[in-house]
Amino acid sequence: MTNNGTILSVQDLQTYFQTEDGIVKAVDGVSFELEKGETLGIVGESGSGKSVTNLSVMRLIPEPPGKIVHGEIFFDGIDVCALSIDEVRKIRGKRMAMIFQDPMTSLNPFLKISTQLMEVTQLHLGHTKDEARRHAIKMLKTVGIPDAEQRVNDYPHEFSGGMRQRVMIAMALSCDPELLIADEPTTALDVTIQAQILELIKDLKERLGTSVVLITHDLGVVAGMTDKIIVMYAGKVFEQAPTVELFNTPANPYTRGLLKSVPDPAHEEGTELYQIPGLPPDVAHLPPGCPFQERCYRVEDICRREFPPFVQINEDHHSLCHFADEVYADSKLNPPTTARRTNATN
Amino acid sequence: MAENTEFVKGASLWRDAWRRLLKNKLAVFGLVVMVFMVILVIVGPPILRLTMGFTADYIPADGELIKSFPPSLEHPMGTDEAGRDLFARVLQGGRISLMVGVISTIVSLIVGVSYGATAAYLGGRIDNVMMRIVDIIYAIPYILIVIVLLSVFGGPNTPSWIRSMAETFGGVGNQGLAQIFLLFFALGLVSWLTMARVVRGQVLSLKNQEFVLAARATGVSTPGIIFRHLVPNALGPVIVYATLTVPSVMLTEAFLSYLGLGVQAPYASWGSLASDGVKNIAIFPWQLIFPGVTMALTLFSLNFLGDGLRDALDPQTRKF
Repeated sequence: MTNNGTILSVQDLQTYFQTEDGIVKAVDGVSFELEKGETLGIVGESGSGKSVTNLSVMRLIPEPPGKIVHGEIFFDGIDVCALSIDEVRKIRGKRMAMIFQDPMTSLNPFLKISTQLMEVTQLHLGHTKDEARRHAIKMLKTVGIPDAEQRVNDYPHEFSGGMRQRVMIAMALSCDPELLIADEPTTALDVTIQAQILELIKDLKERLGTSVVLITHDLGVVAGMTDKIIVMYAGKVFEQAPTVELFNTPANPYTRGLLKSVPDPAHEEGTELYQIPGLPPDVAHLPPGCPFQERCYRVEDICRREFPPFVQINEDHHSLCHFADEVYADSKLNPPTTARRTNATN
Repeated sequence: MAENTEFVKGASLWRDAWRRLLKNKLAVFGLVVMVFMVILVIVGPPILRLTMGFTADYIPADGELIKSFPPSLEHPMGTDEAGRDLFARVLQGGRISLMVGVISTIVSLIVGVSYGATAAYLGGRIDNVMMRIVDIIYAIPYILIVIVLLSVFGGPNTPSWIRSMAETFGGVGNQGLAQIFLLFFALGLVSWLTMARVVRGQVLSLKNQEFVLAARATGVSTPGIIFRHLVPNALGPVIVYATLTVPSVMLTEAFLSYLGLGVQAPYASWGSLASDGVKNIAIFPWQLIFPGVTMALTLFSLNFLGDGLRDALDPQTRKF
C-alpha cells in the first residue's frame, strides 16, 4: 500500500481501570503502526481491549475509573497524550473521527440529523448555518441517502439501521479526517446491509485517502477490507501480520482457533461447528503465564508458568506465543480452512 | 409511484406528544381555561377601562359610607371596601399572579436546569457537593429565605437591574413594581431546587448513552454536550415540572401576600385580594369568593395541564 508516512503510532499502550474488583488492565502493552492510506483491522473477542485501545487513541477514556498509565500515542507526529483536553477536542472530529457500533444509540434521538451533522462542521470548519447545511446534504448524498434534501430534516428514529449507520459515517467524514476509527460498524446490522456499509467505507476510503482502523470480532469483515490485522486477547496483541499472511499462515494458536471458528459453506452438514473452548478471561484476575492457557489446543507446562515471548516471524509478522514458530510452520503445511477460500476468491 | 402515496411528514416527538395531550379531556380543559385566562388578563383591563371606566384603582368619590356592593350588572364581581370594581381588581390581580408564576418559573428553570445538568454531567465529587448544597437549602423553610431576601434586598437596597426592569414596565421611580420583580426573583430562587433534582436525574440516565460518547468523539465541548445534547433530551420532565411549578409559586405568593409580605397596595394579586376579602367574609363574602374561585380555577387548570403533559411526554411511550 502507499507508504506516505505513519499517521498513527501506538507504542506499548497501557490503559488500566480502577474497579471494585481491582485494577483491570484493559489494554496491556499494545503497539502498532498505521501508515497513511492503510487500513488496519483489530480483531478480538469481547473484552479483549480493542475498543479501549481506540478510545485511548482519541483520549475518550473516562478519567476517574480509567487512565492511560503508560505508552505513547503519536498521531501524525503529534504526541496525543501530551495534549491538553482543548487541543484534543480540536483534533477529534476534524482530523480523527470515530463511528460506533450501534447506530440506534449513537445518534442523539432528540435532535434532527441536520443539527447533528451541522454541529461538526460549524465547530471545526467554522461554517455558517447555510454552509453547514449544504455540506450536510452533500455528505448525505455521498453516503448514499436518497432524497437527501428532505431527509436531512428528519429525526434518527425515522431512518433504518443501515441508513443510520450511513448518517454516522457522513458525520464522521464531514471534515475529511485523516484517520477514521470504525468500532464494529456493522455488528448491529444484518448481513446484506453489512456488505453495503463495508463497500461504502472502502469506497470513501479510496476516494478520500483516509486511513482506517477497523475494529471487529468478525474475521469475514476484515478479510476484504484491511491491509494488516492485529489480533487482540486479554488486552495484549497476540499476533500482527498483513491480512493475507494472517489468514494463510497464522503463527498463533488463538488466531488459528479464530480462523477455524469461521463457518465454512463447504462444511459437512450435521457435524459440529468448531468453537474455541472456554470463555474470554476475567481481565481483573489473570492467571500467571499465558492468558490463553485455559483454552489453547497446544498448551504445555511452560505456558502456565511463563508469559509468552514476542516472536518476530518475519518483517511484518509477529506473534506472542511460546510456540510461534511451530504454529507458523504448521500453518504452512495445513492452512486453516478459511485460507483456502481466501486463496480461491483472491 | 409517488402519485398515490402521500408524503409522510416526519413525526417529531412533539407532534406525537401534542396528539396524546389533545386526547386527554382534563388537560384540554386546563389548556383552554389557561389560554382564556391569559387573554382575559391581558386585554381585560384596557377593555374594561374603555367601556366602563373602571380600573383597579378607581375609587368613586361619592360620600357613601358603605361602598362595597354585591355583584350587579354594573359590577359583575361587586366592589371592594373602597368602592373599587372587583372585576377590574381581579383582572389586575390575575396579571400580577400569572406574571409571578411565569417569571419565577423561568428563573427557577434557568437556574435549576443549568445546575442540575452540570452536576449530573460532571459527576463524582462535584455532583456530590452540588447536590448536598441543594439538600441544605431544601431543609431551610422557604418562607424564611423569601423573607430574608425581601428584607435584605427590599426598598432602597433593590439591585439596580431589577429597578431598570421595573422601569421598562411601569415607568421611572416605580418602587412598588420593583418590589414585585424582586418578589419574582426571590420566589424563583427557592423553587429551582426540585427542578435541579429532576434535571439531574434525567441527565444521569442519559449521560452514559452512546450518543454522548459520539458527540465527544466529534469534539463537542462539555458545555456544548450539556446544553445542546443532554438538556433537550431531558425537556420532557422539565416541561411537566415547570408547568407544575407555576401554580406552586402562585400559591406561595398568595400565602406571602396573605401574610402581608407579598404584593403591596396599590398593586393587587389574587392572594392579596383574598387576604383583604377574608376580613369581611361574613358581610361581603364576594370579596373573597371571586378572587378565590378565579385563583382556584387557574390552579386546577395548570395542574390538569401539567398532568396531561406528563402523560403525553411519558418516555415509555416515546417512539424511538
